[in-house]
Amino acid sequence: MEAPPDRFYTPTHEWIKPDGDAALVGITRFAVDELTDVTYVELPAPGASLTAGKPFGEIESVKTAGELYAPVSGEVIEANEAVKKDPSLINQDPYGKAWLIRIKTGPNDYSGLMTAQQYQATTAKP
Amino acid sequence: MKAQTDLRHTCFYDFHVRHGAKMVDFAGWAMPLLYRSIIAEHQHTRRYASIFDVSHMGRLHFSGAGAQAFLEHVLTRGLADTVVGQSRYSLVCNPQGGILDDVIISRFEKHWLMVCNAANRAKLGRWFQDQSTRFDVRIKDETENTAMVAIQGPAALPLLDSLLPEPAGNLLAYHFAVQHYLFLPFTVFRSGYTGEDGVEIICSATAAKMAVDFLLRRQEQASSTTLQPAGLGARDTLRLEAGLPLYGHELSELVDPIAAGLGWAVAQEKRFIGSEILSRIRRDGPAKRMVGLLVDGPRIPRPEMGIWRQGKLAGRITSGAVSPTLGRTIALAYLDSDAAAPGTAVEVDIRGQRTPAVVTKLPFYRRTDKGNDHGSSPRPVLHADA
Repeated sequence: MEAPPDRFYTPTHEWIKPDGDAALVGITRFAVDELTDVTYVELPAPGASLTAGKPFGEIESVKTAGELYAPVSGEVIEANEAVKKDPSLINQDPYGKAWLIRIKTGPNDYSGLMTAQQYQATTAKP
Repeated sequence: MKAQTDLRHTCFYDFHVRHGAKMVDFAGWAMPLLYRSIIAEHQHTRRYASIFDVSHMGRLHFSGAGAQAFLEHVLTRGLADTVVGQSRYSLVCNPQGGILDDVIISRFEKHWLMVCNAANRAKLGRWFQDQSTRFDVRIKDETENTAMVAIQGPAALPLLDSLLPEPAGNLLAYHFAVQHYLFLPFTVFRSGYTGEDGVEIICSATAAKMAVDFLLRRQEQASSTTLQPAGLGARDTLRLEAGLPLYGHELSELVDPIAAGLGWAVAQEKRFIGSEILSRIRRDGPAKRMVGLLVDGPRIPRPEMGIWRQGKLAGRITSGAVSPTLGRTIALAYLDSDAAAPGTAVEVDIRGQRTPAVVTKLPFYRRTDKGNDHGSSPRPVLHADA
């Protein structure tokens, strides 16, 4: 399953892509394929604080609903309005246009997360 | 979930994989949930036509001098006035009036064919064996010798007219005919489970792959994208918009046909398993009723979520979706009978959030062109025995 090497991954299928002292957060292609067509996403407002491993939002699809978990602690700078308006963007481009939130993080926040290679090993089908 | 390798494959397994399907375990069968997108496949069916593999559904063959008497005993629907070439929707109930399955029974010249739900096939097989001792009836499970596809959508019949020896449009709704392609017989039924016009076709397992390849190749040659494969995900949202109940969601052994709004499929002029209780429920009214709900907001009510009215739990959700056709959140549910009238305001507890909803008449979606359901001079059906 596709997982770009320029970011880090959680066991709950979120990705985080460092971008200076900020980072983008989204969900993986594996998660999107499991969800099927995404119909709704609830994202936190700018200024909300995130705690690593705790839910920060909700995502719903034709088949199921689930929570989104913060890969790291930080503060929300921006939620992706385009995705809120058209959740099907998440099915189309989960690693690109359909990032979910931009957050402000502290330094060295990524050590507990998986690399793309490690993540891909967890989602490999037998 | 079983490992994929333990699952039964329909004749179309390779076809599904070749078309990029996401395969899932459905009642022990590896079935396509979707090929590209549930919503896209749903919309394609409403606008054009889709082909669904429904070979996992059970196909039971009843023959013998006592076959009709046996079926009258186990089915809620009367069969006395059926003719060869006709199908009927019916319930199979237990003596308590609980629904064991919902089925379609078709009358051939020398036998009857029942299509039942995949998940209930083994249970029904045992039930019918137990009930059949005092009837002269032979029951044969033809599921794995045969294949079944549904072709549904406004473009389905025009498309098939150019391919089938006899136009399917000649069939009345819930009628069928046996046709031949070369030497291979197949049965075309004017029925479906999407709210669209269309057909369901049953043929031998050996002829099935050939038939679908032929169909899609013909389409390719015509560089047409009218007919696309659609998976079980779209089938579910399509039937939900059409207000059609699904066994395991709206229907179960804990529910009776009257509560499910299927009283029209329960005969009042004959005795059958469950008839005493069902006539009592019809007289007194069921405690709960199946209803449609229009739900505020984009969040989807899921099965088992509670429905509240005036501070009290009044029912539970059985199915929910964002309707691709209506662009609104819809659900099927059971509500206390006093809360089941259209227009009643309720609240659905969606993960702790009380979400306003209103009881609405079913179906949510009705196609505008009803084909020849009420239409003009369909020709009589010939050769109705395979």
